[in-house]
Amino acid sequence: MAAALTLTGIGHAFLGRTILDGISLTVNPGEVVALAGPSGCGKSTLAHIAAGVLAPLRGHRDLPGGRCGMVFQDPRLLPWATAADNIALPLRLSGVPRRDRRSRVEAVARQVALLPEDLDRYPAELSGGMRQRTAIARALADGPPVILFDEPFTALDPALKRRMQDLVTDAAATARFAALFITHDLQEAARIAHRIVVMNPDGRGLTGECRPPGQPGQRDDGAVFAFVRAALSSSPLFAHLNDLDERRLP
Amino acid sequence: MTATPPALNALLRAAGLRLSRIGRSLWGGWAGLAGLALIAALWQAGHEHYGAFILPAPLETARTALRLLGTPASWQIIAETLLRAGAGFCGAVCLGVSAGIAAGYSPATLRLARPVLTVITGVPPIAWLVLAMLWLGPGDGTVLLTVLIAALPVIFVAAAEGIGTRDRGLDAMATAFGATALHRLWLLGLRHCLIPLFPALTLALGGAVKVAVMAELLSNAGGIGGALALSRAALDVPAALAWVVIAVASLITLEYAVLRPLQAETEVWRDAARPWGVRRAALPPAPSRP
Repeated sequence: MAAALTLTGIGHAFLGRTILDGISLTVNPGEVVALAGPSGCGKSTLAHIAAGVLAPLRGHRDLPGGRCGMVFQDPRLLPWATAADNIALPLRLSGVPRRDRRSRVEAVARQVALLPEDLDRYPAELSGGMRQRTAIARALADGPPVILFDEPFTALDPALKRRMQDLVTDAAATARFAALFITHDLQEAARIAHRIVVMNPDGRGLTGECRPPGQPGQRDDGAVFAFVRAALSSSPLFAHLNDLDERRLP
Repeated sequence: MTATPPALNALLRAAGLRLSRIGRSLWGGWAGLAGLALIAALWQAGHEHYGAFILPAPLETARTALRLLGTPASWQIIAETLLRAGAGFCGAVCLGVSAGIAAGYSPATLRLARPVLTVITGVPPIAWLVLAMLWLGPGDGTVLLTVLIAALPVIFVAAAEGIGTRDRGLDAMATAFGATALHRLWLLGLRHCLIPLFPALTLALGGAVKVAVMAELLSNAGGIGGALALSRAALDVPAALAWVVIAVASLITLEYAVLRPLQAETEVWRDAARPWGVRRAALPPAPSRP
């Protein structure tokens, strides 16, 4: 089975300082991979390279489907466009005729529990959760084979975060897209991912990976809690997940 | 009763929202009228202090303006000035916006262009007028070139600032969704550009009419400036003031009939972001979510 996204030997530097080096990662179709790592290790840079926003200094990315969607930490909605027009952006970019866009927009809006009357509102009129739902609907709109999530729920309160995680899990199960989910929250990774990949704290390669037992959406809170407690207390893979101060990096 | 088709429903809703915006703008005109009434009151006080020869009464000036507007020749004079100002302004918009967008995307070009702009804005319009008269002789070309040079810098700077200060996060978002550079310019760059551009266009339009009248007066090229020169020669102060009032009224008409509605159409979303509340048609209450 061909991978939905392959990153090979990715390296990147900002102003002469190496941020990433020797990162190779594969995401299979229908698979949700959580990319965990401490703050400042280069996860977001890797997500931007995977999305094609940044060109890597070394290595290459292979996206056989040719297109991807992305959900950012802040929703990044066009302030002058209604929720419907924001969701329709990928459809517009891929040349879907205007008359066909509305039905698709309404379908993905239903999927993320946005109400029809929310669609005519501007981002300034939506709550934080509704904005993030709109951003998720936008990423789902044209059915991309790969969706990248760059710490999308970090700024949300715990209840809303759980609801959004469930939403992503349901959407991934329904639409069968491959997803690379950037997070530094192991609890979140354990809830939504098939596989958790951990980056080295200095961004030079991957520390390793593990598969939480069960499938996303089927793990109850007890199983997630048990996995996270075991991982943080005894697994060397996650030893540096929470203990790095990024300001001490050279 | 047959149900309204969704497309017609959407059309009716859009038309309703547009009408409500126009209504709000017109209602907002009362505040403008109050400001004009205050100017008229000060003018009247000045008239009573200095006398009719120095400063004719506002009512007398209005009567003279109405009398002037009753003759077809006056309309021709007004049209001449507005066409010249409009042509110069449109030229400045085309040149300024395209060059400003290019400079906004290229910081090096913007750094090169800034001193040139300082030189252009530092040279007074009267100097450009003298040069234009020498190069082109009195006539349309002189007025048009002077207006263009006067209006260009402010439009250029606004367009360049609009592009230069665009939200890079939105650019990255659009790139992630596969937007080409042209898509990003059309969907993001131009929308960012409009935010500082409209105030600059209002300023440039006012400047265009003022400079056109001045250029006509000094180059003896007809139009409102030419009519002002004739009134001055005849020491006809009421007629001179009436032409000034007509020039200002023409500018206000242009601004409120063309620029402001365009601005209102492109900035509907700003109403939604006003800190004092959402000024939009009431939406039906949302059913409770599970």
